[in-house]
Amino acid sequence: MNPTTSTTLTTPTPLALIAELTHRCPLHCVYCSNPLELNSRTKELSTEDWKKAFGEAAQLGMLQADFTGGEPLARPDILELVEAARAAGLYVNLITSGLPLDESRLERLVAAGLDHFQLSFQGARPEIASEISGTTTHAQKLRVLGWLARHRIAVTLNFVIHRRNIHQIEEMLAIAEASCATRVEFANVQYYGWAFANRDNLLPTRRQIDSSLETLKRAQQRLRGKMRIEYVVPDYYARFPKACMGGWGRKLMLIVPSGDVLPCHAARIIRGLTFDNVKDRGLREIWENSAAFQKFRGEDWMQEPCRSCDRREVDFGGCRCQAMLLVNDAAATDPVCSLSPNRNKVDAILGELALKPAETIYEESRPAWIYRINPA
Amino acid sequence: MTPDVNSKPRLAAGCRLNDPKQQPRVLLMPEKALRLNGPSLEIVERCDGRRTVRQIITELQQIYSKAEPQKVETDILGYLSLLHDQRALDFVAQEGS
Repeated sequence: MNPTTSTTLTTPTPLALIAELTHRCPLHCVYCSNPLELNSRTKELSTEDWKKAFGEAAQLGMLQADFTGGEPLARPDILELVEAARAAGLYVNLITSGLPLDESRLERLVAAGLDHFQLSFQGARPEIASEISGTTTHAQKLRVLGWLARHRIAVTLNFVIHRRNIHQIEEMLAIAEASCATRVEFANVQYYGWAFANRDNLLPTRRQIDSSLETLKRAQQRLRGKMRIEYVVPDYYARFPKACMGGWGRKLMLIVPSGDVLPCHAARIIRGLTFDNVKDRGLREIWENSAAFQKFRGEDWMQEPCRSCDRREVDFGGCRCQAMLLVNDAAATDPVCSLSPNRNKVDAILGELALKPAETIYEESRPAWIYRINPA
Repeated sequence: MTPDVNSKPRLAAGCRLNDPKQQPRVLLMPEKALRLNGPSLEIVERCDGRRTVRQIITELQQIYSKAEPQKVETDILGYLSLLHDQRALDFVAQEGS
């Protein structure tokens, strides 16, 4: 017998459903991954539409549902949705700011079958959290951590990292260690949506990245067996692109508040893609046949250098939306790739930043942020 | 870390097996799903906070009686330690049971 051969699933059936329950949010984070054009409340799917989608997701073999937004807790029917997803057989993750929450609502969420609570942080201190979110958030998050300790539920802290808070990683770790979290994610901002609009004020320097890597490597060793620590580096600094979404149409489906089904968060920016809606077609049919999911599946769409590259089954050509944003061609090799003929565009962006001495960056005056608005 | 054979492993908060009616059987956990083969499923099913590591080893040695008992023990200890590093398991100390 050899029990250690069990592996992370790599089957071609989708693994998880990302459910953007609403675009409404009490925060206005400058790096929000939502599109610049948000769905209004009147367009949001009904409770019944979502319940049907969860059933279809489970039928399709999906294992997890990620409730996100916007702020998923802004949905008044959130308890019913958690219950329905869990009853369908899905593992239910809630990705939240923790804002529209009190102790009794948390208790009811846990009772409804919530498996995993992911609390997002904008920094280690109230000042930076307020600057980034455009509202007051930090104290409430610490209160939520206290309530969570009274429940048997998995807790992850999500710290979103960028130039203005990357020097606070030690303090962020201290918050995590003092909490009941068993997992902590340090995710550098990815440059889409609102983050792309604010990129020049968010992108960390190479030196900042190197020093954060060292800090987190030490922490991973020290906290082994206590906490899972995950770090997402900004791919502008990587040699090879990320396997965005685990490959287009390979592992994940995303339903936006209006019910359109997308292969990824940002896919709407790609010209010429059309999306099916869960109100019109079943999830299985969309997964298997939707034009948007077929568009960049497999390798037929690839150009050189991807087409003949050894890594094409590792990173699947990287991110289509990043290619769209940076070189205006969604079928191009992800320009962050060192093999891309367009890598010079990324280097030029980093080059401008490298001219600033890292030490002075924390003392930079508050940038002219473009804050995320709320949908109508 | 090698687990103490007298401790009682149980699945950590937010880690659970999927429904027995679903195939394949997987251990669901934050941002991960581990597919379980025969022996790994038999081990995880026994991480119930009541059995000690020693008991789990003995039971698996009986099920896999054709395998070398020492090998079974080493494999189980290795697997439990791997699950612990992924924060899928807690080891409840013997006392207070």
